[in-house]
Amino acid sequence: MTAETPITLQGPVCPAPITQRDRIVMGHGSGGKLSHDLIAKRFLPAFTNPALAAGDDAGLVAAGPSARLAISTDSHVVWPLFFPGGDIGRLAVCGTVNDVAMLGARPLYLTAGFILEEGLELDVLERVIASMRAAAEEAGVQIVAGDTKVVQRGKADGLYVTTAGVGLVPDGVQIGGAQARPGDTVIVSGALGDHGIAVLAARGELGFDADVQSDVAPLNHLIAAILAASPNVHVLRDPTRGGLATTLNEIAQQAQVGIVLEERAIPVRAPVAAASEMLGFDPLYIANEGKLVVVVAPADAAAVLAAMRQTRYGEDAVAIGTVRAEPRGRVLMKTAIGSTRVVDVLMGEMLPRIC
Amino acid sequence: MKYLDEFRDAELVRKQIDEIRRLTTRRWAIMEICGGQTHSIMRHGLDELLPAEIELIHGPGCPVCVTPLELIDKAIAIAARPDVIFTSFGDMLRVPGSDEDLFRTRAGGGDVRVVYSPLDAVKIAQKNPDKHVVFFAIGFETTAPANAMSVWQARQLGLRNFSVLVSHVRVPPAMRAILGSPYNQVQGFLAAGHVCAVMGYWEYPPIAAEYKVPIVVTGFEPVDLLKGVAMTVRQLEAGRHEVENGYARVVTEAGNRPAQDLIQQVFEPCDRKWRGIGVIPDSGWRLRAEFADFDAEQRFDVGAINTKESPLCISGLVLQGRRKPDECPAFGQACTPEHPLGATMVSSEGACAAYYRYGRLARELAQSEA
Amino acid sequence: MCLGIPGKIVSLHDANGLPMGKVDFGGVVQEVCLSYVPEAKVGDYTVVHVGFALNLLDEAEALETLALLRQIGAYQEEIDLMTEAERAGGAASPG
Repeated sequence: MTAETPITLQGPVCPAPITQRDRIVMGHGSGGKLSHDLIAKRFLPAFTNPALAAGDDAGLVAAGPSARLAISTDSHVVWPLFFPGGDIGRLAVCGTVNDVAMLGARPLYLTAGFILEEGLELDVLERVIASMRAAAEEAGVQIVAGDTKVVQRGKADGLYVTTAGVGLVPDGVQIGGAQARPGDTVIVSGALGDHGIAVLAARGELGFDADVQSDVAPLNHLIAAILAASPNVHVLRDPTRGGLATTLNEIAQQAQVGIVLEERAIPVRAPVAAASEMLGFDPLYIANEGKLVVVVAPADAAAVLAAMRQTRYGEDAVAIGTVRAEPRGRVLMKTAIGSTRVVDVLMGEMLPRIC
Repeated sequence: MKYLDEFRDAELVRKQIDEIRRLTTRRWAIMEICGGQTHSIMRHGLDELLPAEIELIHGPGCPVCVTPLELIDKAIAIAARPDVIFTSFGDMLRVPGSDEDLFRTRAGGGDVRVVYSPLDAVKIAQKNPDKHVVFFAIGFETTAPANAMSVWQARQLGLRNFSVLVSHVRVPPAMRAILGSPYNQVQGFLAAGHVCAVMGYWEYPPIAAEYKVPIVVTGFEPVDLLKGVAMTVRQLEAGRHEVENGYARVVTEAGNRPAQDLIQQVFEPCDRKWRGIGVIPDSGWRLRAEFADFDAEQRFDVGAINTKESPLCISGLVLQGRRKPDECPAFGQACTPEHPLGATMVSSEGACAAYYRYGRLARELAQSEA
Repeated sequence: MCLGIPGKIVSLHDANGLPMGKVDFGGVVQEVCLSYVPEAKVGDYTVVHVGFALNLLDEAEALETLALLRQIGAYQEEIDLMTEAERAGGAASPG
């Protein structure tokens, strides 16, 4: 094609072939589709059992004739270790407490494993430990077993924490993603995106300061209040990595229902909205560490909301949508301007965009 | 947010829609040039609200999408070098090259970092004197002032370990290429608001006159986009083909002079290959000769690059506005954001990705809605 | 190709030889290069793209645009009423 010939735009030309992935990329850890596929295609086939297959935040297992346990585990690799509103220690305790509680279980015991990087200041470790103790006290759980390992300088971001937790599921409680039913009300306990933006700001790589604190908190007491208010709670889930959008898509898939949201009802604090606009992010996909989603029978929605609003961490609870029979496995949203759009799962890592 | 929320007001949106309905008496095909505008249209479901007679064709205003395959491959080759810190805007990391993308290069050990501003890349160069920092300087005219300033600043600071890999593209030649194509269906243009914030709109009257199309400078929020459509339809219905400014709070006819001056000092026009479209003469910018020290293409000899094209993807047709993403047989099947066949599916403002994220089931919804 | 959002300049300073400012987008503050808006003052609003201020926002234009947009429909209602009245054969009765 020379400069003299008139431009005849080429016909169908595909810019790129399919990329085969044979290594882990950061997107595998973002909680979106890549993460899901990694689990579904690599881990689940190897470890098949009903508890794992259910796909909830914790595994539900029998521990005797009439005792059911919820067991969960989490690894925490957040950087920086300390950020406005929290730290890796609080994150570790709350994350696992919440996962167990999301099955309707009363969290009882945690374990904590530490991978410490050579060169980590003991002061830092002390602060993390103190924070974990405070979080455990607040949640009312005990850390009953632990482990520490040390790795060479450069092999960990200061420190990594892995926690496992176990809780007792009361008789008759049947809470999980697959339980959502058409007609149910979808409630969220408060504003979205605080944790993700707080950590991003604290990292300093994108050069902004935000008046935002992580919302990291133990939600088991809030859940107790919710369950006391209604026996018809069908799903509890915390929208962590991948955000509310990913969580709701999971539920829609598990229960094979549709979920329709009202954009106007979804709470997002102004600084989080501003940071999202600036970077080209969507708050629906940003991680939360102190929020939960409740899917409950419509007749009990008002009672649940009232109970939540009187309980710590639930003061700003609001109904944001409903469950429908169709479209199955999908989440839709009525926008503030009156149109409707699809809310899809997060694909890989959320990246700041220039357009 | 001030100057943002007001332009998302539902009441004003409704009024604009009513106005467009009132004006429209026949079918019109209007192209929005900017990927950011495509994204906004999809995110707010604007195309669903418009009367059926108005067809929005999504133009090639996605710099990520149109960066040539050869350059992506070059970027990957440079990024893989142990002495290099490769910096880039976030979106470029996912774009597939012939074999892999920058994410995979990072997974393989390359130091690849996302930056928000080109000046951050300069800072990284200052902090890492033992490494060479390369910045992937892509974009339309909107980003050119920022990219130009990074080179300017690097020279002022006397940095020897900073260079840019340039793939700048310009809008007016692309508009001419589209309008001049025998397959062209576009009857009116929504010009890219922030490109015009930099360049002004003094380049457009000759295009409007030559091809007899109305061109309306348009913003990005729902009210702005609908206003642009309304102004374009009004012209089309009246048989006019002028340039109008529908984004006057940000754009002036002359544009930003200091920005244009620095662009001119650092860059010069050149032919550019647009991925999926081909070479459009004079449609790009490259570094001027006196900035050769900062030109990554000259500093790094990455050897012969063999690019591999695949026949399945129709990104080219989508970029030219000749096909909608959902008219592609691979859309949503072989080609999804996680297995993209083309850059238009990878980039969050690429037409295919925007369709996939927001619009894919809008039609199904229309049927299933109670 | 233009993710640019409006923010308010809250302070000015120099960095690495370039005029910079802190811009507040409503609770989020970003350091922004002001080289291309030499006339910028604290309190001005500007559109920021990849850490650069592109133009100062013209508040008067913004308000005028919003006012005009709000008028759409208001006049139309009047016109519709008049047209209807005429068609009905009676005297035009402006609202």
